[in-house]
Amino acid sequence: MNVVVCVKQIPDPADPGALDPDTKTLKRDTKLILDESDSYGVEMALQLVDAAGGGEVTLVSMAPNNEVGGIRTALAMGAAKAILVSDDALQGSDALGTAKVLAAAIGRAEGTDLVITGTESTDGYTGTVPQQVAELLGLPSITFANHIEIGDGKAAVHRQTEHGYDECEVPLPAVVSVTAGVVEPRYPSFKGIMAAKSKPVDELGIADLGIDAAQVGWAGAGQEIVEIEPEPEREAGEIVEDEGDAHERIVAFLDELKVL
Amino acid sequence: MDFELSTEQAMFREVVRRFVDEQIRPVAREWEHAGRYPAEIIEAMKDLGFFGITVPEAFGGMGADTVSMALLFEEISRGWMGIAGTIGSHSLSCRMIAEHGTTDQKDRWLPALATGQVRTGIALTEPDAGSDLQGIKTRAVRQGDHYLVHGTKTWITNARHAGMLPVLVKTDPEVVPAHRGMSVLLVEADTDGFSVGRDLGKLGYRGTESCEVFLDGCRVPAANLLGDEEGVGLKQVLSGLETGRVNVAARSVGIAQEALDQALAYAKGRQAFGRPIAEFQAIQLKLADMATEVQAARLLTYYAASRIDAGGRADREAGMAKLYASEAALRASLESMRIHGGYGYSTELDIERLYRDAPLMAIGEGTNDIQKLVIARSLLAED
Repeated sequence: MNVVVCVKQIPDPADPGALDPDTKTLKRDTKLILDESDSYGVEMALQLVDAAGGGEVTLVSMAPNNEVGGIRTALAMGAAKAILVSDDALQGSDALGTAKVLAAAIGRAEGTDLVITGTESTDGYTGTVPQQVAELLGLPSITFANHIEIGDGKAAVHRQTEHGYDECEVPLPAVVSVTAGVVEPRYPSFKGIMAAKSKPVDELGIADLGIDAAQVGWAGAGQEIVEIEPEPEREAGEIVEDEGDAHERIVAFLDELKVL
Repeated sequence: MDFELSTEQAMFREVVRRFVDEQIRPVAREWEHAGRYPAEIIEAMKDLGFFGITVPEAFGGMGADTVSMALLFEEISRGWMGIAGTIGSHSLSCRMIAEHGTTDQKDRWLPALATGQVRTGIALTEPDAGSDLQGIKTRAVRQGDHYLVHGTKTWITNARHAGMLPVLVKTDPEVVPAHRGMSVLLVEADTDGFSVGRDLGKLGYRGTESCEVFLDGCRVPAANLLGDEEGVGLKQVLSGLETGRVNVAARSVGIAQEALDQALAYAKGRQAFGRPIAEFQAIQLKLADMATEVQAARLLTYYAASRIDAGGRADREAGMAKLYASEAALRASLESMRIHGGYGYSTELDIERLYRDAPLMAIGEGTNDIQKLVIARSLLAED
């Protein structure tokens, strides 16, 4: 069982980088870490390979400056190797441009039975890359999986819905995006951390993947970011002093939020 | 000169930090006040391999460098220093057995110690002998293929949960110098005549038990004599003390850093006279002193650890780190309490625990007065 996991390396959400008003993107010049929403996919892949009794997990990532900070974490968790695509021409890529690169890189991994992704990244949030990757690879896809079980040439997947889950089946190979909570990501062990040092990371440019620079980056982007603003500061909360009617006022407040 | 952690050390610190944030911080205050044993945390630490931090890889351990060990103890102590106690003396004993044990002893004990399946500590201190280890009275008399052991040990961390406990004994009470009559016996907990007494009440350092241990006609197989050699026990024990001092220095750095972090956060949020108290110079002076001392303590600690990793003796460096870092932790916990005012004194926050945990750092693993003698001796030994 060979599983490819797409992993994004992002600025640490606890210490996010600044917005760049010129390019209308997030500055990515700081150290990048593994997007937590991808750690679930890595864990799921490791468990599936383990259950199958053989095979390996390959990581695929696209990042600036040959960044490996986040890849190392996933390698320390137990992934066997990684393919990293890094190229100046990729700056400004939109979701489709990213999907083209990831699909080409996934094509470099041999004997892939399953491709796992997160549902959306923590810094970009487009949530459209997994389906685009599937389409470009000509593979079936299931999104929002919160449970995956591998059967004979197929995967049984629970697809999370607002009120429960759908039971789906998909022939392999396929692309499956997993939700946070599909499995609990493990802590990398000390041994895993030391082993990660010597695991292979195949660093590629777009020329290695046969991708034309005009198809990706600013040049290939079909979307235009019109405006970008920092998240508004959290406003001070409202303090309810109890004068005998606090419970009523709190209920009215919750009612207004339509959470009751 | 390189003041950066290696990529691997930095990653390991991140993992421990996440573990502490997720599994220790949420329960520390409640469990510590309740005197509850942190069984779930211990189990999680077994899964993470923390009990094998000083066990060589060949025996299933981490075989970690001393800097990584220091990072582990520092990060855990930021969350709850008592938890560090459950793997502290355990790690010290593992290292001692790995270094001095016979092949049979290593094969027999280290794999189970590495996973935490068997836990241990180290029984040195007696009711009438602490710093003066040569003055211990626990006596072991060889009788055929056994030793007959009589004596009492006290302040033994992890004693109630130890499957095996290395015990420092006198095998020859007459010989001069006295240390040539001292040996270490690996005493299994189910040995007849071995019993663990009451848990001693403590100001802080809760979460791990500190007990009296009684050896009352305890029959220990001669095969359990560490290194199969009598008269080298004190040497075997002391060889691990440099690592032990770095361990305590690292715990101190953790306590001091946490005291500073909480003081900073509180000073920025707490309003007085219409502005955050962090804007008052009286508070800024304290913050600056604390931050400087934390930094100095950390550098001394990592330096001592890296000297041990480089090989050779590091008793002066480890002594300096332990001395300075523990005093810095004491001051930081008190200054953080002053900045927190009444809240710092209340049991609603963690500052009072830092304040109760810090003094042990100055007393345990060789009192700070002993550290000064160690440092002075190494200075005077130089020509």
